[in-house]
Amino acid sequence: MSHDDTGANGPHAKLIRMANQIGTFFLSKPHDEGVAGTAEHINKFWEPRMRRHFFEVVDAGGEGLLPIVLEASASIRRPAEERKAG
Amino acid sequence: MGLIHEIDYGTPASKAEKQVTLTVDGFEVTVPEGTSVMRASMEAGIQIPKLCATDMVDAFGSCRLCLVEIEGRNGTPSSCTTPVAPGMVVHTQTGRLKDIRRGVMELYISDHPLDCLTCAANGDCELQDMAGAVGLRDVRYGYEGDNHVFAKDRTDGADNFRWMPKDESNPYFTYDPSKCIVCSRCVRACEEVQGTFALTIEGRGFESRVSPGMHQDFLSSECVSCGACVQACPTATLTEKSVIEIGQPEHSVVTTCAYCGVGCSFKAEMRGDELVRMVPWKDGKANRGHSCVKGRFAWGYATHKERILNPMVREKITDPWREVSWEEAFAHIASEFRRIQYQYGRGSIGGITSSRCTNEETYIVQKLIRQGFGNNNVDTCARVCHSPTGYGLGQTYGTSAGTQDFDSVEHSDVIMVIGANPSAAHPVFASRMKKRIRQGAKLIVLDPRVTETVDSVHAKATHHLPLRPGTNVAVVTALAHVIVTEGLFNEAFIRERCDWSEFEDYASFVADESNSPEVVGKLAGVDPETIRGAARLYATGGNGAIYYGLGVTEHSQGSTTVMGIANLAMLTGNIGRPGVGVNPLRGQNNVQGSCDMGSFPHELPGYRHVSGDAVRDIYEALWGVKLDNEPGLRIPNMLDAAVEGSFKGIYIQGEDILQSDPDTKHVSAGLAAMECVVVHDLFLNETANYAHVFLPGSTFLEKDGTFTNAERRINRVRKVMAPKNGYADWEVTQKLAQAMGLDWAYTHPSQIMDEIATTTPSFQNVSYALLDEKGSVQWPCNEKAPEGTPIMHVGGFVRGKGKFIRTEYVATDEKTGPRFPLLLTTGRILSQYNVGAQTRRTENVIWHDQDVLEIHPHDAEQRGVRDGDWVRLTSRAGETTLRAQITDRVSPGVVYTTFHHPDTQANVITTDFSDWATNCPEYKVTAVQVGPSNGPSEWQEEYEELSRQSRRIAGRLEAAE
Repeated sequence: MSHDDTGANGPHAKLIRMANQIGTFFLSKPHDEGVAGTAEHINKFWEPRMRRHFFEVVDAGGEGLLPIVLEASASIRRPAEERKAG
Repeated sequence: MGLIHEIDYGTPASKAEKQVTLTVDGFEVTVPEGTSVMRASMEAGIQIPKLCATDMVDAFGSCRLCLVEIEGRNGTPSSCTTPVAPGMVVHTQTGRLKDIRRGVMELYISDHPLDCLTCAANGDCELQDMAGAVGLRDVRYGYEGDNHVFAKDRTDGADNFRWMPKDESNPYFTYDPSKCIVCSRCVRACEEVQGTFALTIEGRGFESRVSPGMHQDFLSSECVSCGACVQACPTATLTEKSVIEIGQPEHSVVTTCAYCGVGCSFKAEMRGDELVRMVPWKDGKANRGHSCVKGRFAWGYATHKERILNPMVREKITDPWREVSWEEAFAHIASEFRRIQYQYGRGSIGGITSSRCTNEETYIVQKLIRQGFGNNNVDTCARVCHSPTGYGLGQTYGTSAGTQDFDSVEHSDVIMVIGANPSAAHPVFASRMKKRIRQGAKLIVLDPRVTETVDSVHAKATHHLPLRPGTNVAVVTALAHVIVTEGLFNEAFIRERCDWSEFEDYASFVADESNSPEVVGKLAGVDPETIRGAARLYATGGNGAIYYGLGVTEHSQGSTTVMGIANLAMLTGNIGRPGVGVNPLRGQNNVQGSCDMGSFPHELPGYRHVSGDAVRDIYEALWGVKLDNEPGLRIPNMLDAAVEGSFKGIYIQGEDILQSDPDTKHVSAGLAAMECVVVHDLFLNETANYAHVFLPGSTFLEKDGTFTNAERRINRVRKVMAPKNGYADWEVTQKLAQAMGLDWAYTHPSQIMDEIATTTPSFQNVSYALLDEKGSVQWPCNEKAPEGTPIMHVGGFVRGKGKFIRTEYVATDEKTGPRFPLLLTTGRILSQYNVGAQTRRTENVIWHDQDVLEIHPHDAEQRGVRDGDWVRLTSRAGETTLRAQITDRVSPGVVYTTFHHPDTQANVITTDFSDWATNCPEYKVTAVQVGPSNGPSEWQEEYEELSRQSRRIAGRLEAAE
């Protein structure tokens, strides 16, 4: 994956923006509460493949993500491997 | 069966607590103080003859038919205007009264045509009834003199200048002045019930006539066609055209309107299986006997020729449709969905429940997805409207629905309307609100436009805050700033009901200078003094109630604004009793219900997160499958996943995402990337252009079920005719589930409701038997509240302590600049509903046949745009064209349009920005440019061609346009 693919102009740009929007809301909270809130929100509302893409961004260095989101990523559940066939 | 006859008590009920006992014709009767003698008599079972009185409007005392004699009083007072008194002895039938009444009737009939046999009101005419009641046998005056009845003088054939022709301009009812007895019931209904003041009595004495507007016809007057006048009319003067055409109904069934979230109760009046008319039901607790043009009249779509009645399948979306049997359609979907899941994974399909369908239907669509598809990829149209309400109120109060019933507004002293235009979108609630305002309540409106709600006749806003689109959070926080810094908050309430330390944190946040009206006013374009005035009024004016709409939610900070609103109500103690509260005005008839029924991808019914083991256990035990504990995809996420290639199949019940969802090009790209799109709808809607299977749907007239309105009220929907497509929607979903191997065997929607009640604590006591007995109930309805809950958070918040949450204003990324210097915001108009699929297929198009762009004269002049010109509307997402309407209802820098017509393609313009918490799209703010244009854009032309192509049905000729 090239450097550009994970940045603010790559295919995950929308995801990065959404994660940062969540982080931005929690910026007005006390720091620890804000980090926990960001993680909880993503855990509660993001489907596994969104979180999978999220971790692609994080694992590539997290370019474009706000610090609060990066910090929260430690408490965000990594989704299980993708399963085929129902 | 037979017609449901509602008793007309003649005058409205008195709400006094003190009781008064009197005697009517020898019978003792006890009624509340302030009751009229007429009503008291009716309570005693004695009907006093009357013409100008009806209990939907105040007594008037003009017809002189309801006279009575009262012992110890002189003369013959009219019973409608005479209040009861203790020990009063009333006689309703004496020789003197009989003579007077017969004389009065004789005069009425001397100026009334005697065509009863061929009259549309034959069998439903109070004038006819009264002539019978008083024993009128002879009219001595003849018809030779002055009259309003005949066009020509009967002796010399000269024109009769008093005669007026029938006004047939309104598409739904006629006004025949020759049959009018000038009782003024219509005029008073228009004033008192609807609040439009479109009618008046012109002239004096014998010259008096009912006149819409300034001697205009109904269509060109201010009339909003709510139907209250038609309902009030005792004769055939104002008559539904459907009654004229069909005749009088012979039976009726109480059901619930399928338009907006007010959820009005109607009597569907039938002749056989033909619907004759819809008449608002007096006992309907949401509407109290009132209606709007949509619910009352715009039901013709149910039998529109474009309705699709057979299932259809096609290989590719470029093929013409092929009509197939239901079995073939179900087998095709089942095999395609299974193939896709095998090929692309369990999460590669999903579905959308309909906010227009019943609770029962919605429940089983999410059940099909969770039990049958094995994932949580279910969403509903609330995603694009009130999902931020669910989140914001859930966080602050602990439950996500409106706090009041609609009756509550009768106790409000200050009404704050934010980002909503109830006069257009929730008209029956607006009428009830305006009634309260005319009684003295004050109105505050936050809206970028001068809406009909801002400047209604005799119900004008005390404060209008014309804020720039996108600045809601800043303005709402500035209101809190004033309340906190001026010490107007309700400390006792906050200490008792909320977390005090959270309040202190919040108070220090809002008190910051950056949240002051002086700073916020500049960026929001609102006079700081107006913000201060509004805050003071809301905090100190008595019972303060907030009503809000999509102007709050459809922003990148939609959820934050909802929290801000919740904070305002907590700050001022305006929660937990009649007259106050936080009230989201829900858009569609059952959007509340569809949310309640587990339509969100992260929640099972009753708003319980899918990660909760205890909740999943309940359904796993009942459904016999393992449920996914991970949240599913929301609608925008489904489309993203489709474009990316991991989401391939979808079952969409009663929702037109291509027209209603933002960034049309993205939606169409997502749909086009799927391999099996199943659309279940009444019509070949816009989304169906991309569908592979079409399942015909049924209307609300054709099925049993329940809708839940904006006040959490569960209302019955009752079948009045067989589904024209063969199956009710719940049956279609069930057959699809069966084709996919599920062992469902519901034989009636009541069994689905029983399953809902068994598994959902807030619905525990709900059953069809209870609904039939009570008429309706508001959830929570369980052991703690066996008959439901009209008002929430009484004595304490559902979550325990109310939670104040900081609401930091973050400007949206959607900013104006040199390329796109104007802000586009969107809304609705009265006569059309949502994407217009229903209302466009009714006579309502007479009021609104196209979407127009409202633009301020300054902005128009700069661009060389004249009123009525075609203009090009461009954003970074796309461009479209429509006609301009120059008006100062919008501020300079702001343009506005509606989204009722598919050819306008307003959502080609809107972007993919969305609410931070819920992905609710930011419909209300788009940076745009406007310029002159010659006509439809390339996209519009291509799209029209695509629509035409994709609506072809094999073996059928294309309809000639």
